[in-house]
Amino acid sequence: MTTLLDLDLVWVTGKGGVGKTTVAAALAELASGAGLRTLVCEMDAKGALARAFDVQELVFEPTEVLPRLEAMTMNTEDALREYLRLFVRVPLLGRIGPLASTFDFVADAAPGVKEILAVGKLCYEVREQRYDLVVVDAEASGHIVSQIGAAKVIGDLVHVGLVRDQTEWMLDILEDPQRTGVVVATTPEEMPVTESIELLRRLRAETGAHPAAVVANRVLPVLFDRRQQPVADRLPEALDLLGEAAGASVATVLEAAELNEARRRTGAGHLDRLRHELSADGLGDLPMITVPELFVRSHGPRVVTLVAEALSAELDVEVAG
Amino acid sequence: MTELDGLLASREMLLVAGSGGVGKTTVAAALGIAAVQRHSARVLVVTVDPARRLASALGLEEFGNEPVPIPGAAFEEAGLAVRGELHAAMLDTKAGWDALIERHAPDAEVREAVLDNPLYQNITGRFVHSHDYLAMEQLHDLHAAGEYDLVIVDTPPSRNAISILDAPGRMADFFGSRLLRWLTVPYRSRLFSVASRPFQQVADRILGSRFLQDIADFFILFQTMESGFVKRAREVEAMLVDPRTAFVVVTTLETAPSHEAEYLAAALERRGMPLGAVIANRVLPPEIASPEAADSAARLASEAHGELAERVADRLAETVDGAGDVPGSELVGNVLADLSRRFDDIAVVAAREGDRRSDLEAVSPGVVTVPWMRGDIHDLAGLAELASHLRDHPDGAESRR
Repeated sequence: MTTLLDLDLVWVTGKGGVGKTTVAAALAELASGAGLRTLVCEMDAKGALARAFDVQELVFEPTEVLPRLEAMTMNTEDALREYLRLFVRVPLLGRIGPLASTFDFVADAAPGVKEILAVGKLCYEVREQRYDLVVVDAEASGHIVSQIGAAKVIGDLVHVGLVRDQTEWMLDILEDPQRTGVVVATTPEEMPVTESIELLRRLRAETGAHPAAVVANRVLPVLFDRRQQPVADRLPEALDLLGEAAGASVATVLEAAELNEARRRTGAGHLDRLRHELSADGLGDLPMITVPELFVRSHGPRVVTLVAEALSAELDVEVAG
Repeated sequence: MTELDGLLASREMLLVAGSGGVGKTTVAAALGIAAVQRHSARVLVVTVDPARRLASALGLEEFGNEPVPIPGAAFEEAGLAVRGELHAAMLDTKAGWDALIERHAPDAEVREAVLDNPLYQNITGRFVHSHDYLAMEQLHDLHAAGEYDLVIVDTPPSRNAISILDAPGRMADFFGSRLLRWLTVPYRSRLFSVASRPFQQVADRILGSRFLQDIADFFILFQTMESGFVKRAREVEAMLVDPRTAFVVVTTLETAPSHEAEYLAAALERRGMPLGAVIANRVLPPEIASPEAADSAARLASEAHGELAERVADRLAETVDGAGDVPGSELVGNVLADLSRRFDDIAVVAAREGDRRSDLEAVSPGVVTVPWMRGDIHDLAGLAELASHLRDHPDGAESRR
């Protein structure tokens, strides 16, 4: 079976707020740690990827953030410039400058043009093979389908022209399960799980892209094993004894554990639902990678590294260092 | 009286905003319930999220663009006393666009031509953040109709929450833009215009002239609707800064959402849009971060394998009913030690949440805190429980302004 790091292009998407950027950054860090030349690209220019690696600002031109790992942020106008330079040998190239911004306006309005430029840039990097793996911190689930599906949309709307010609080799990359995969990140919560199920259905119905894995992020740990849990559940019966020994705030300690367990059970129920729906949709074999909730003080690079470690255990990847 | 009580009593419109995944939809619904519990008002909750479980939480099979009432019997069944009427609607942005075209089209011919244009569906789905604009526009409609005393809106999950605020202005600007003028110059004359020629060449080679022609056709039609659209966009814009409107920013106390909430609050301030309240959702009990609790956890760990475990085991043996297992003192000791160890993890999160809360307090005093619920909210009683936290703010913050 093809694992994530064997692919050329991995899209990481999911409902907003599930930790998409962290998962994408961690996957990229893991790949580069395993010796792959890796590019990670943030599509929505929110700056979250720069924060994940604790660098000032990311731009269209890839910059090295770790050994073998370069990061960039997508910018349609820069993508257009590069595209014009590479593919359209127009005689008046010097005058393209001011026109590019006008074109950006058109691209804003015309369906699929912005998307195709962005996706085109990513596919171009895959084709040029300067990287072993391109990881995309993609848009949230609402937008990803139109992004990945842009090549098809353009194919339907644009009847002639260079863009149309370009869509074919892009589709070859995007629709090959050996090369391109979509990772759907979720948290063990109601709406993210529901959106993940719907997203996987839409991806299949509206694009030729293949799901590669589901990452269940921020899964709460089991505090007690089977023998311990019934004892823990009954501790309130001995609250007076515990209070005498450890102070009245021991009630807060019990409450925290009980709250954690209630949340964990609810979350586990949602992940069961996810597994059930996936197998009902014929995706029973889709790997589900679990990343535990991290109880750490910080955010940024340290969290990315911890998530990368969790991914490496799940993906069974040796990190060369 | 909490800040939210004041808003529910005096405002005509509450816009619930925040980043994705923080529970906006549920909070909006709970605000609706809080409003009808307290006031004999007609209240409408408008959501954009097609979450069927929210519909069923409100006791409805499903709901669409047309508001439907939550039956009084449903409240009775849930043991809730309400004074007002609660209605719910879900924005359907595609249907919304069709309605807009119907309203603004100067005649039937233009209307049909737009609706039939092959680009229409794609364009309405994408351009100028149309979902954001649509939400604002439909809200304005509902407000202008005057059928409701209070409209509570769950705003669309914007990539950037700010874009929704700017959507009406952007729509108006779009009609005055160079882009639209350029697109709607009849195609032929553009070919001969010296200024546009290089662009034309490039655009033709990239997109093909047929596609450009399709785009131009669409926007020529669209331009005939300019006056209606611009007037409406300005009206919608005015509604957002009206003192009868207030924004309610919802967040969790995780890093990313609370930073976005701070950013959103600042953006509202800059635009003169009234920030009514900040709600911190799914918050751990703050006492988990207290030094007393840390001390208890530490003492629990040090006593876990001594006399305490034996005494607790004895107690549990006393109260065990019938044939239940009697836990040994070693097992009890292990549980106490684990309890203490894991408490430290949870306390780190609670402490982090406390920091984020202080940051938010600096932006908006009197952050309303909603604790983590034990499970998901899937019925009116659950929404009412959430509503009780919105109403009875333990800090008893004074209403501002």
